[in-house]
Amino acid sequence: MNRLRFLTVLLLGAGGLCACRSASNDPVPSASAAPAPAPAAAPKEVEILNVSYDPTRELWRDLNEKFSARYEKEHGQKVTIKQSHGGSSTQARAVIDGLEADVVTLATAIDTDAIAKKGLIKEGWVDRLPNRSLPYTSTVVFVVRKGNPKGVKDWQDLVKPGVEVITPNPKTSGNGYLSFFSAWGSVVLRGGNRDAAVKYVTELYKHVPVLDSGARGATTTFVQKKIGDVHLAWENEAHLEVAEAKGELEIVYPEISIRAEPHVAVVDGNVDRKGTRAIAEAYLKYAYSDEAQESIAAHFYRPTNELILNRHAADFPSIRLFAITEIAKDFPDAHKQLIGEGGVFDSIYKPKS
Amino acid sequence: MAHVNRRILPGFSLTLGYTVFYLSVLVLLPITACFLKAGTLSLHELWAAVWTERARAAYLLTFGTSLAAAVINLLLGSLIAWVLVRYPFPGRRLVDSLVDMPLALPTAVGGLVYASLYVKTGWLGQFLSPLGIQAAYSRLGIVLVLVFVGLPFVVRTVQPVLEEFDPEAEEASSSLGATRWQTFHKVILPALYPALITGFALAFARSIGEYGSVVFISGNMPYKTEIAPILIVARLEEFAYGEATAIAVVLLVISFALLVSINLLEGWSRRHAG
Repeated sequence: MNRLRFLTVLLLGAGGLCACRSASNDPVPSASAAPAPAPAAAPKEVEILNVSYDPTRELWRDLNEKFSARYEKEHGQKVTIKQSHGGSSTQARAVIDGLEADVVTLATAIDTDAIAKKGLIKEGWVDRLPNRSLPYTSTVVFVVRKGNPKGVKDWQDLVKPGVEVITPNPKTSGNGYLSFFSAWGSVVLRGGNRDAAVKYVTELYKHVPVLDSGARGATTTFVQKKIGDVHLAWENEAHLEVAEAKGELEIVYPEISIRAEPHVAVVDGNVDRKGTRAIAEAYLKYAYSDEAQESIAAHFYRPTNELILNRHAADFPSIRLFAITEIAKDFPDAHKQLIGEGGVFDSIYKPKS
Repeated sequence: MAHVNRRILPGFSLTLGYTVFYLSVLVLLPITACFLKAGTLSLHELWAAVWTERARAAYLLTFGTSLAAAVINLLLGSLIAWVLVRYPFPGRRLVDSLVDMPLALPTAVGGLVYASLYVKTGWLGQFLSPLGIQAAYSRLGIVLVLVFVGLPFVVRTVQPVLEEFDPEAEEASSSLGATRWQTFHKVILPALYPALITGFALAFARSIGEYGSVVFISGNMPYKTEIAPILIVARLEEFAYGEATAIAVVLLVISFALLVSINLLEGWSRRHAG
């Protein structure tokens, strides 16, 4: 085998690689096929992408249909909204890495902020839409077995002897860290100091036999495998879980829990390039309309329109929903202090040496 | 001789070119990207990310359970291969195709099914838990699913070698007065060594990377049943890409070192078998 030929071969391989690289630098074909930002003659059909987190699939499918119908009637233009669902921070990473989302409707500001930090969403996004960019809020509630045999009513009951709690890993799940924040707030907002809160969560996680990696896994563990006495679930998931269990499960509202804030935002970097800004903004504003707020309530998310929320008061018992700012600066700060590397959660499992 | 062999298929430079190209695109490029990403951290950050007490516990668990599973697969797999090759029995074809099932099934499904079977109220768990054996949400559970996902590798590497094995060698051995054990130990086993080692290495490597099935049965308790890939996911959730890839690089380096030594061992055994 002569050396020269070997080199040619290597070069051939390397050349192929380069070709591949430059091809990948081109904008994705689907994006360039989308209309260029030409103000004249709006194209007949437009497609936008809503990147969201896992449990909102049914909610957005519902809202999308209604929005499309209404928009076509008002503007004579057909809009197709594609949905993408997954773990909230996985979705955020996908958008950061180039998924062409027009709007993001993620579980918390931690994920939306991560995208904003990369410059894809302009600063001050929280104030660009009504109610701090929140068409709806949610919270974490308890699901217990029929008749509530362990008598679980509030956070302190979770650490009673013999009670097993199912909640996903706060490190890998939004449901997981929101539950953690709620537990933490239940102590520090009712007169306990930091030490008392650390003591409580340490005790609480001793009652957690399995740390599933995501919300769905935890639901399976609790419902299908029948492990544990209490499941700390998203309020909307809890309603569905109980409805599906046909009397085998019940919801218990603790006295206090966190106000989860799934913000919505237009992804500036993407809509300006694709020329879809007007539609993306109309789409998110639609989520605040009475029609959409009613659908939101029907899917067991708490509408931010007070009137409509009150109309559904039976589904949403009023408990004290505390804001994240009551226990930390904001969501990213709370996550860093309590869940992040070296935070409170890490200290819980550290073996005593 | 070697020269002639190369030319059996025409277009050597073209095929090698493609080999290099594909290997680069499919394997080398992603791995290089991993190293580059991890390289964005300072040495201090890198060390802090990959060498915490919790990470060390996770590495130990990942490699320990993978090793245990690979050893079990080595024994079980060769037994299955032996039975499939040496004994004609009704339904052999069916059993033969069952062996490949773990490759086709999404591993998450495997993990979920195993977990449901082995929890206290599960079909198998109800018999095990009175004995004090907790198979779901324990290290034992991790080994169980890893045995499941690694099963085909030993069977499929040993099977063809056994099929090719000349029965006359065994007959000669016994006619020369060797006991059954001696025949197995001195005649059959040495011929199988390379295949056994390859199968072992494949099953072992497969287990180190396994995530989907393990997360459903391990319970993911830090320091106890938390495998290293879970740590990577946890760091990604914090958008700490650098730290996450650093842990991946540690896994890569250890795995690579192990696989190279296993390959060397295989080469050595091949020379000594021939």
